[in-house]
Amino acid sequence: MTLDTKDAAHEAIKAEIDRNDVVLFMKGTAQMPQCGFSSRVAGVLNYLCVQYKDVNVLADEGIRNGIKSFSDWPTIPQLYVKGEFVGGCDIVTEMTLSGELDALLAAKGVAFDKDAAAKIREANR
Amino acid sequence: MAMEAADIERLIRAAFPKARVEITDLAGDGNHYAATVTAEEFRGLNRVRQHQMVYAALKGKMEGSQGELHALALTTKAPE
Repeated sequence: MTLDTKDAAHEAIKAEIDRNDVVLFMKGTAQMPQCGFSSRVAGVLNYLCVQYKDVNVLADEGIRNGIKSFSDWPTIPQLYVKGEFVGGCDIVTEMTLSGELDALLAAKGVAFDKDAAAKIREANR
Repeated sequence: MAMEAADIERLIRAAFPKARVEITDLAGDGNHYAATVTAEEFRGLNRVRQHQMVYAALKGKMEGSQGELHALALTTKAPE
């Protein structure tokens, strides 16, 4: 990747996370994930009724590579809330089960279904 | 390309000599592992930062389609 493509990709990524409160960079789409890890995070957000922008990295090679250097994170999916990188599949799973994700969404003023979050924890106890 | 659990452990230990490292081969295919790393170095850092340190220790083996490690489910924590 040339420096120009990398800069362009980083600008496009920055624009997405500035424009949307919650952004999930993933393989596939929110409705049709194409990787188990992306599917798990999208599944949590869908279940919690969180409004989010899904960015399919498989549709854009520049974004697919750029997102890794943007966040210094080698894997996809990547979740951003109000411009802040929250983590990938492991961290989001852990935070969902510990209740930290609820706390983060509440602190950032992002609407979600609190009962659904409690149900996930109940089912994974 | 696959990687042995011992290789993963060696790389992590090189960066965190006193850490407790547990590696589980999830699928038996040398490609899908789970690692739990308990290290003093993580204390006071958020999870993103902790995981970044482990990824750095793995020196690019997680990178892209050429990566030797397709999947490493990571759990990091500071000792209790």
